[in-house]
Formats: sequence, structure tokens, C-alpha cells
Amino acid sequence: MAAARLIVEGATVLRFPPHVKFRLDPARDRWVILAPERLLLPDELSVEILQLIDGAHTVDDIVDALMVKFSAQREEILVDVIALLQDLTDKGTLVA
Amino acid sequence: MSDAPTLARPAPATIAAPLALLAELTHRCPLRCPYCSNPLELDRASRELATADWKRVLSEAAALGVLQVHFSGGEPTARRDIVALIAHAASVGLYTNLITSGVLIDRAKMTALTGAGLDHVQLSFQDTDAASANRIAGLDHAHEKKLAVAALVREAGLPLTLNAVMHRQNLDRLPAMIELAVELGAQRLEVAHVQYYGWALPNRRALFPTYAALERATDIVEAARERLKGILTIDYVVPDYYARRPKACMGGWARQFINISPAGKALPCHAAETLPGFDWPSVLTTSLSDIWYRSDAFNRYRGTAWMPEPCQSCDRREIDWGGCRCQAFAFTGDASRTDPACALAPDRPILDAARADALGPETEFVYRQIGGAPKA
Repeated sequence: MAAARLIVEGATVLRFPPHVKFRLDPARDRWVILAPERLLLPDELSVEILQLIDGAHTVDDIVDALMVKFSAQREEILVDVIALLQDLTDKGTLVA
Repeated sequence: MSDAPTLARPAPATIAAPLALLAELTHRCPLRCPYCSNPLELDRASRELATADWKRVLSEAAALGVLQVHFSGGEPTARRDIVALIAHAASVGLYTNLITSGVLIDRAKMTALTGAGLDHVQLSFQDTDAASANRIAGLDHAHEKKLAVAALVREAGLPLTLNAVMHRQNLDRLPAMIELAVELGAQRLEVAHVQYYGWALPNRRALFPTYAALERATDIVEAARERLKGILTIDYVVPDYYARRPKACMGGWARQFINISPAGKALPCHAAETLPGFDWPSVLTTSLSDIWYRSDAFNRYRGTAWMPEPCQSCDRREIDWGGCRCQAFAFTGDASRTDPACALAPDRPILDAARADALGPETEFVYRQIGGAPKA
């Protein structure tokens, strides 16, 4: 665990640590995040964002991809993406 | 209980699949904590399920939709097959959590557990002061071993949660406990005030904090959460005796969890064996699917139809699910009453009296031991 809080920005590259599992739950036919004593059920937009987390692309790359996919304004997507990723990073669900 | 409501059996399609399995592998434990949540009548080793039974239960759980398994006890690493059981759970896709006192784990065991696919360790600490911690645990050198095990967990690259049960005898050192969690590299800290079930009930005068002490602790936790955001997540459990609304025990009866006792009884929570009038289904004779969807025990307090007033017309009925059935029974003799932890409960004066009693002259510890249940 980092000794300081990570602030998520456009240039940040994030990944799921090995002990966090983002996977399809076949019994419920939905994506889930399994983490230490936590079960997170991301909504559809969050799943779209999280499927682009790969430890290689930056937050800006992810926003660009979503702009194309949803034909949306960069600023409004950026706010949603940063809010989600900062929250998950604060919980240790994502790491740099 | 003679006046239990008889409910029409809901169709399985209306019942959501369970999310988590609590596997209480054994009641054996080197520690003797006087607030242990295990029942006063502990299962003996000779009654424990065999390895093959546990493996079958884990496979059935995964097929049923369970996502996480919590290996607990007693001390789960007292089972010689703990590594094999974790490997099996991981192989059927379950997220594995080991809830441990740590004192039986050395470097070789840690390596084996990690290799088996263990995902997370929850390690208990009794105090930050070694002498006090070892006195509470009833075991010499326990604290020193736990410090070493925390380091082994982090060396193995596994995430660590510290579990700190807090009470009258260690609450002054809550700030030190929070610092210990950060120093040990824990990601999460559970600050759990003792709940008065199991062994904690006969020990409540030794453990129960004053309201002023509880308020101080709550302020300390809130300040630490803000200061340590992104570094340490703190979960906080307050004692029911000071609550105004009851906790949603287990997230509601048979809504999310299946607990399996060392001898193989399936329970909606680990304390449910204290309730009379139940024929708890055994995993030795009944499939987990039948237990979850079709057993009387799991259906009896499921949902809201069983609720008395004031729960039945309360807008929080699907938030707290009527509170805790075991506590309702312990206080009123009737598990279907509203949990007296709710300020709206007709039986609230019983909880007020229990709180006053708990604040009485401090008593000596009654340590947890097999066959050592105190006389009622």
C-alpha cells in the first residue's frame, strides 16, 4: 500500500492489482469486482470504463476511446471517469 | 419457539442467490479471547467435516452463485487441510479470504497458502500493547507472532486487513491501533466494538465501554478516515447497546450469507444455533441449493412478511431487516420480535436495563474454552 494518496489525472495509468478480480459473474450475468471483503457491482457506464483499464493506457486514452464510442463531449466524460477512478483508487481497488 | 410464523414457501425464482459462504472450519483455536463470537457450546474436533465434504460444499457454493468464501473458525489454519481447501475454492472461482489469528502461520505455511491462490488475509489484533494483547488473547507471545505474520502477508504480496475488536480494556489505544495498521502496510482496518453474543455476553462487565468512551472512539475513527483517505480504509462497527436503529444483521436473514459450522450445520448467521425451535439443515444430508431455497430454517425470517410491528410498517424494513434475530431471542425469548437495539422496539426497556447492567462493577474474564461454558 502506498504511503500517500494517489491523485488520478489525465496522464495516470491504472491497473487492477492481482488480488482484485473484475470479471463476469455467470450466475447473475453481470460484471462484478471482487476485492478484500468487498463486492462491488459497477453500473453499465462504469463497466465500459473499467474494461479499458489495462495497465498501459492513460486516463486520457480511455476518455478518448469513450468519446468516440458515445459521441459525447470530452469534459463531461472526463468528470465521470475521474470520479469513478479516484473513488476506486482510494479504496485500493485500482493502483498505478 | 412455539409461535413461529408458518410462511408459505416462496418460489426459488423470487429468492436471490447467496453472495458469500462463511466456512467455520473448526472451533479449535490457540487463543481464548473472552469476546469470541463462537457459541458457548463449541464443536469438538471429532465432529468436524472431512476434507471431501468441505470440497463438495465449496463446489456447490460456486455453482449456486456464491462469489466469496471466508475461511474462519476458531482458527482455520488449525485444520491440516487448509491449503487444500483454499486451492479447491480458488479452482472453482471463489474469492478466498482467510480470517485468522495468525499464530499458527510460519513462512512455509504462508508460502503454501499464497501458492494455493489465497486472495486476502484478515488478521486479528487484541491490542497494541503486547502484555495487554497477550492477556486478552489468553496466550503468551501471541502479539509478537502476529506482528511477524503481518510482515509475511505483505512479503507475499497479499492485501492485509487488520481486525481490531475494541472494548473497555483497549479502547484508550485506538489511535495506536490505527497507526499500527498503517505501519504494517494494511489496506483495511476493522474497528469493531464488541457485540454481546457468544462468549462476550458473560464478559460484558469486563468489556463494555462508557458512552463517553464510545463517542471519543467514533471521533478518532472519523478523523483518521479523513486523514488516511487513499491509504487506509477503516470499517467501524458500534455496539448495539448504544444504537438507535438496529444493524442489518448479515444484511438480512438468508439474503446474502450461508454460514457452515464445523460439524456441517448450515446457518443464516454464526450465532443462529442459539435459537431454539430450528432443525438446522446439515450439508452432510442436504444440498446447499435445497438449504438456501427450500429449508424452513432459511425461509423463516427471510424478507419482510414475518415481521411484527413496528417493523412491518417501518420505512426502514428493507434497510435493517428487523435487526438481529439472535439478539431479539436473547433479550425477549422470542426470535420473531423486533430487535431491542431499535429505539422503536416495544422491548427497548430490556436493552436499556442490559446497558445499565453492563456498566456495573468490572468483572474478571471468563476465557473461551471447549467444554468451558459458564453456568447460566
